[in-house]
Amino acid sequence: MDLNAWTTLFEGAWITLWISGVSIALGIVAGFGVAVLRNAGIPFISRALYYYISIIRATPMVTLVLFLFVTAPLLPIDIDRWIVAVVALTINTTAFNAEIWRSALATFPREQVEAAKAAGMTRRLMLRRIMLPQMVVTSLPGLVNEMSLLIKSSPAIAMVGLADLTRATNRITAITYEPLPPILAAAVLYILMIGALVRLQRIADKYARRLAM
Amino acid sequence: MNWQDWLTVWVNIDRVALGFGTTVLFFTVGTVTAFIGGCLLVYLMEGQPNFLKRSLRSALDLLRTLPFLIVLYLLYYGLPQLGIRLSAWSAGMIALSAYHASYYAEILRGARVALPQGQMESAKAHGFTPFKMYYRILLPQMVLRSGPLFGNQLVGCLKDTAFLSIITIFELTAAANDLQQVHFIPMQAFIVVIALYWCISLILEKALRSMGSYAKHRGLSYE
Repeated sequence: MDLNAWTTLFEGAWITLWISGVSIALGIVAGFGVAVLRNAGIPFISRALYYYISIIRATPMVTLVLFLFVTAPLLPIDIDRWIVAVVALTINTTAFNAEIWRSALATFPREQVEAAKAAGMTRRLMLRRIMLPQMVVTSLPGLVNEMSLLIKSSPAIAMVGLADLTRATNRITAITYEPLPPILAAAVLYILMIGALVRLQRIADKYARRLAM
Repeated sequence: MNWQDWLTVWVNIDRVALGFGTTVLFFTVGTVTAFIGGCLLVYLMEGQPNFLKRSLRSALDLLRTLPFLIVLYLLYYGLPQLGIRLSAWSAGMIALSAYHASYYAEILRGARVALPQGQMESAKAHGFTPFKMYYRILLPQMVLRSGPLFGNQLVGCLKDTAFLSIITIFELTAAANDLQQVHFIPMQAFIVVIALYWCISLILEKALRSMGSYAKHRGLSYE
């Protein structure tokens, strides 16, 4: 592999990283919103969110990306393929994150909620100052795990023609006719990215366990 | 979007059925071989850790940090450079089985660590051979105890089959793409296909729930 090949590969890695990164950031916030909304027990909405989570959990990323890509032209506005990719990954990861946040909400100690109420806190203040800081710590291992799952399914964005880290190997092979080196190099880059997240998850786990005691 | 488009899906239901069959076939064969492979891998890592067992474990750890598509690429595009040419179907089967076997091995290993030591000692005292002990005493408990984790893994395997469309296998997602390209019914084709994926996952969840209640009945569940 020459310099050009490495450049293509790192450009692919960058696309994988930033599209996944944006989707992870959006998905964590949106997932929290979905979890709180579902917990609020508004009749129609919580049912709809239940179906959203159930269906998205069963839909392969490739199928979701393709679905959004081929139905996007039906909308009156022009949508870029980058946006399709980010929206698809975000829709997917939001559903999983919502489940993680929801279990943190469900297992939150009742006595703390009662104490906050007794101290005269409004719901919003209690959520922000009491619940959220602790929920972040208890949910972090799950959220980081979901990040690595998202990166593992991110090669699906190649379906809309983006040259992510996996697809970049095809482009290099088209020039060098040697498929093995770029695929192995891409594998090493994935191992580095996801390995870092796995390590982060272990650290987060340690913190979460300390809070649980 | 009108009723005629839905009719187009119905007229071409044989294409959808063909894709559905391929997806179910890959999912079933992939899951069964991955599960058996996972059980064997954990058996191989039983006992005192030595160099081979440690390297096997690190190899599995590495495999689990890769995306499924990279493993697929490695087998389908990479191996021909070494003179090993696999058909898309066999590359798909091998990749799916090997990749998910590493996950099943990790799930079962987690359950294995939690089993009480005394059981093994009494099994040994009763003259069980190591394989018999693993197969008759440890494995059933490991499997029944890791029910909820299997659920995620089964759905994960189902979802990974969609990547097979990238190496030209005509499975469910490829069927949807085929329909929308030929007849231009993107919305309908994909809604039908996503509904089918959803149905499979609901059936899997139901099956696992009955396994969970069986585990509880046998007193093997954590709750």
